[in-house]
Amino acid sequence: MQAEAVFFWIFSTVLVASALAVIAARNPVHSVLFLILAFVNAAGLFLLMGAEFLGMILVVVYVGAVAVLFLFVVMLLDVDFAELKQGFVRYLPVGALIALFVAGELGYVAFGWNASPEPAAAATPVGGLSNTAALGRVLYTHYFYFFQAAGMILLTAMVGAIVLTLRHKPGVKRQSIAAQVARDPASSVELRKVASRAGL
Amino acid sequence: MVIGLTHYLTLAAILFTIGVAGIILNHKNIIVILMSVELILLAVNINLVAFSTHSGDLTGQVFALLILTVAAAEAAIGLAVLVAYYRNRGSIAVDDINALKG
Repeated sequence: MQAEAVFFWIFSTVLVASALAVIAARNPVHSVLFLILAFVNAAGLFLLMGAEFLGMILVVVYVGAVAVLFLFVVMLLDVDFAELKQGFVRYLPVGALIALFVAGELGYVAFGWNASPEPAAAATPVGGLSNTAALGRVLYTHYFYFFQAAGMILLTAMVGAIVLTLRHKPGVKRQSIAAQVARDPASSVELRKVASRAGL
Repeated sequence: MVIGLTHYLTLAAILFTIGVAGIILNHKNIIVILMSVELILLAVNINLVAFSTHSGDLTGQVFALLILTVAAAEAAIGLAVLVAYYRNRGSIAVDDINALKG
């Protein structure tokens, strides 16, 4: 139990620090890298809570896909990020005020919560199943339609992202499979009478 | 010291607050705004998993999984819109995005 507390404090401290660095970093590339650090620490927290599958998914999906996507876009776009950083200090009081309000509301809820005194035990499901197996049993039975809907959302996102960013450059020869398949001898072969010893 | 539900809720509240503050402070840079939204969703996920663990119910983890899916889709679509917008206008400053203004 002591080790769990130690790891909780390590993970949560680094998580909060890197989250602060995400919003305060001057260079967006550093922001993305701190975002990756935050996700990795959150994955560690998920492991502490006994949600191993979600922790691993967080690493795979967020660190492996989303953060790399961010990195790709930040490096792809040639933007003067220093100019975009202006107004940070000017909006600091407003931001701090709103953050104070939000923190107050959330703290009011978090500490007003009447949790039962026993500690948060790692969710070891019935039957000695691992977290992944138990999650699969629930996800593919009770929440099957939600699972399907999640797949549809991902498909929509994939198609949408391709449609938004794909562009056909003019003047580039492209393969047209329909035209290739529709070719027949009548349209592509021409018979000519060639005179002897004379070119065509 | 025993780590309980309140610790995780407090951590998620702090993370959520940092995300909200990030949206306001970086109101000119839409990429950092999207990153702040990711932080907010991460805070929500921590809340859901903490409650799931606390009550021994896997529903919260299923919900967190769905939020993860939607967050990934949102990031992909948002960044694709950003790339398309940059190609057309040559800028992604939030202040410049006023084409719909009459």
